[in-house]
Amino acid sequence: MKIHIKNGRVIDPKNNIDKKLDLFIAAGKIVALGTAPDGFTASQTIDASNLIVCPGLVDLSARLREPGQEYKATLISELQAAVAGGVTSLACQPDTDPVLDEPGLVEMLKHRAKQLNLAHVYPLGALTRQLEGKILSEMGELRAAGCVGFSQANVAITDTQVLWRAMEYAATFGFTLFLHAEEPFLAKDGVAHDGEVASRLGLKGIPSAAEALALAAILRIAKETGANVHISRLSTAEGVNMIRDAKKQGLKISCDVSANQLHLTEHDIAYFDANCHLKPPLRSQRDKEALSAGLKDGTIDAICSDHTPVDDDAKLAPFAEAEVGATGLELLLSLTLKWAKQEKIDLLQAIKCVTQVSADILGIPAGDLSVNSNADICIFAADEYWRVSSTTLKSQGKNSPFTDLELAGKVKITLVNGQVVYQG
Amino acid sequence: MNNPQLDTDGRLRHLLSIEGLPKKILNQILDTAESFVGVAEREVKKVPLLRGKTVCNLFFENSTRTRTTFEIAAKRLSADVISLNVGTSSQSKGETILDTVDNLIAMHADMFVVRHSQSGAAHFIAKHVPDHIHVINAGDGRHSHPTQGLLDLFTIRKYKPELHNLRVAIVGDVLHSRVARSEIHALTTLGVPEVRVIAPKTLLPAQVEKLGVHVFHDIKAGLKDVDVVMMLRLQNERMNGAMLPSAQEYFKTYGLTQEKLSLAKPDAIVLHPGPMNRGVEIDSSVADGAQSVILPQVTYGIAIRMAVMAILSGGQPSASQGSTSQGTGS
Repeated sequence: MKIHIKNGRVIDPKNNIDKKLDLFIAAGKIVALGTAPDGFTASQTIDASNLIVCPGLVDLSARLREPGQEYKATLISELQAAVAGGVTSLACQPDTDPVLDEPGLVEMLKHRAKQLNLAHVYPLGALTRQLEGKILSEMGELRAAGCVGFSQANVAITDTQVLWRAMEYAATFGFTLFLHAEEPFLAKDGVAHDGEVASRLGLKGIPSAAEALALAAILRIAKETGANVHISRLSTAEGVNMIRDAKKQGLKISCDVSANQLHLTEHDIAYFDANCHLKPPLRSQRDKEALSAGLKDGTIDAICSDHTPVDDDAKLAPFAEAEVGATGLELLLSLTLKWAKQEKIDLLQAIKCVTQVSADILGIPAGDLSVNSNADICIFAADEYWRVSSTTLKSQGKNSPFTDLELAGKVKITLVNGQVVYQG
Repeated sequence: MNNPQLDTDGRLRHLLSIEGLPKKILNQILDTAESFVGVAEREVKKVPLLRGKTVCNLFFENSTRTRTTFEIAAKRLSADVISLNVGTSSQSKGETILDTVDNLIAMHADMFVVRHSQSGAAHFIAKHVPDHIHVINAGDGRHSHPTQGLLDLFTIRKYKPELHNLRVAIVGDVLHSRVARSEIHALTTLGVPEVRVIAPKTLLPAQVEKLGVHVFHDIKAGLKDVDVVMMLRLQNERMNGAMLPSAQEYFKTYGLTQEKLSLAKPDAIVLHPGPMNRGVEIDSSVADGAQSVILPQVTYGIAIRMAVMAILSGGQPSASQGSTSQGTGS
């Protein structure tokens, strides 16, 4: 299969390309940009006039709910959602049922995902058995089975001795840990940012200090052990400052922010909107601005979707009892573009945060349009609007704080390994 | 986002919280309650405003006092009343809140009085009921207890009609209190110029000052020259733990005694939403003393709840049904 994508505006952050170029694909790889290689005869031509052609998005945190939670979502529904959102590679969290702490489970997941031939799935293995924070998982075995890193999902390791050993062990082999910073005692039973809105609504708060405390422990131990640590879903202004300082000190730290946190604050909870029950909680306006500034200056490296599909029934409850999470894969591109527009960031820079940088953090061959790289490509109309609604979303999780909003950035075609896997 | 409590014409559709209600509506409820106070003093304590209507008390959390006063209020309006302690029945069998509500709607309930341990539960139910059904929040988690806030204001207005000249102190566990939140919003909306909260830091929510109150940690400074002292109940489970070391210490520092009360204005009144912990947040001599208006609060509570139900069902009492003579029995 040879594909010629013509007349598109190609944006490839890694190669610093942003111009109108034709792109040529053969045998699943990008074979040339600009002019066709000698003897190239396209079997399919895609006209990308007025469209942007960029690397397929790479998401750092998605939940696919398989195995064990198929009533919330299935591999097929969520990978269809991924490609509909232009996401061609994603890291999935280990908090499935059973937990991804067995090489066999990881192999099965990889195998099933591969058969579906949609987005590439890169599992994050459980850092500790059953995510209990007590015994290290067989990281070497899990790595061999296909895990690209290790995560505790939303579960904290309370025992700092275990956290220390986990980092030491991971550092021995150069594995990356994906950690969400939230001190569990301060956050206990909390459902919203401990601020004005939670106080008014009578919701139990999670103070910003919960992130700062956990982050302080993680950074200090990372410094001591030399581990590669990626902080998932930073949520506070203080957290941004701490990461900035840690990077200045030369720690091997990277971090991401959820697209939700770039656009929403505690005030979006309004009258107990359960779609805004998220983890980490939506924080204050000041935090949102600091996150945005941090992303702009490179303190925060990437944007993730924090895709967490939840079944409708689980959201049909009073705020605190409604399950945490929102669907996100299909919104990642649009929310990234929206952020870029608001902050007057050029497209190349914004797209970098959801492609090249994320791929580098995961250490996977994706996120760029270099010759000989996999032809994982997203073609979208930057100025075309689409409406977020349960009927338009492919994900089985229909809950989103952005429901009924019109967002710019419509994915037209997604290619994975040089094959069209989505057409919108 | 639209205010879920009001219909498109700005009339009260549900009573979910005081916050978000315009002054006009709060006054309408208080004025309507005024006309119902007299009903209880008649030989036939009934008016026919809700005849043929079914009011369903849906209590997911136990309560005796509030449920009883709602029941009496509905009965005095001639409604049929069903009271369900759901906490002890359906919910324990795994039925969801909405299933319970849907079943009662299928039995043609017209109005729900809801109490639930989760903040936002009444909003949640209100969002899912059909247009003709009204929801009254009888307490949701730490969020709101609007009829309590209204009856407190009604009581204050009875004794201190010049609301715009008052200094009011709310004392105790504001953090966990839906009553405190309702009182604060009612007081500030109705133009009380100075509202104080007095509590240790462990019992105050984050950024409480953004609710428009002045914060005091020292009860003596906080009570100085106030016209109204509103005490809050301290739940048993908060007394020994990380919030407070002991009930004794709490009483010593924040319990309302005659001595502390003497710092307030000489004619200050004392309110308490009940049930009281004598010797914990309030001394018996104050609770039963001359400045206490705690029992009148209970009496007025019925009038307030009648007013809210009457307004929601669209039946404003006419003069003949309200304050003067002739209630019709049923």
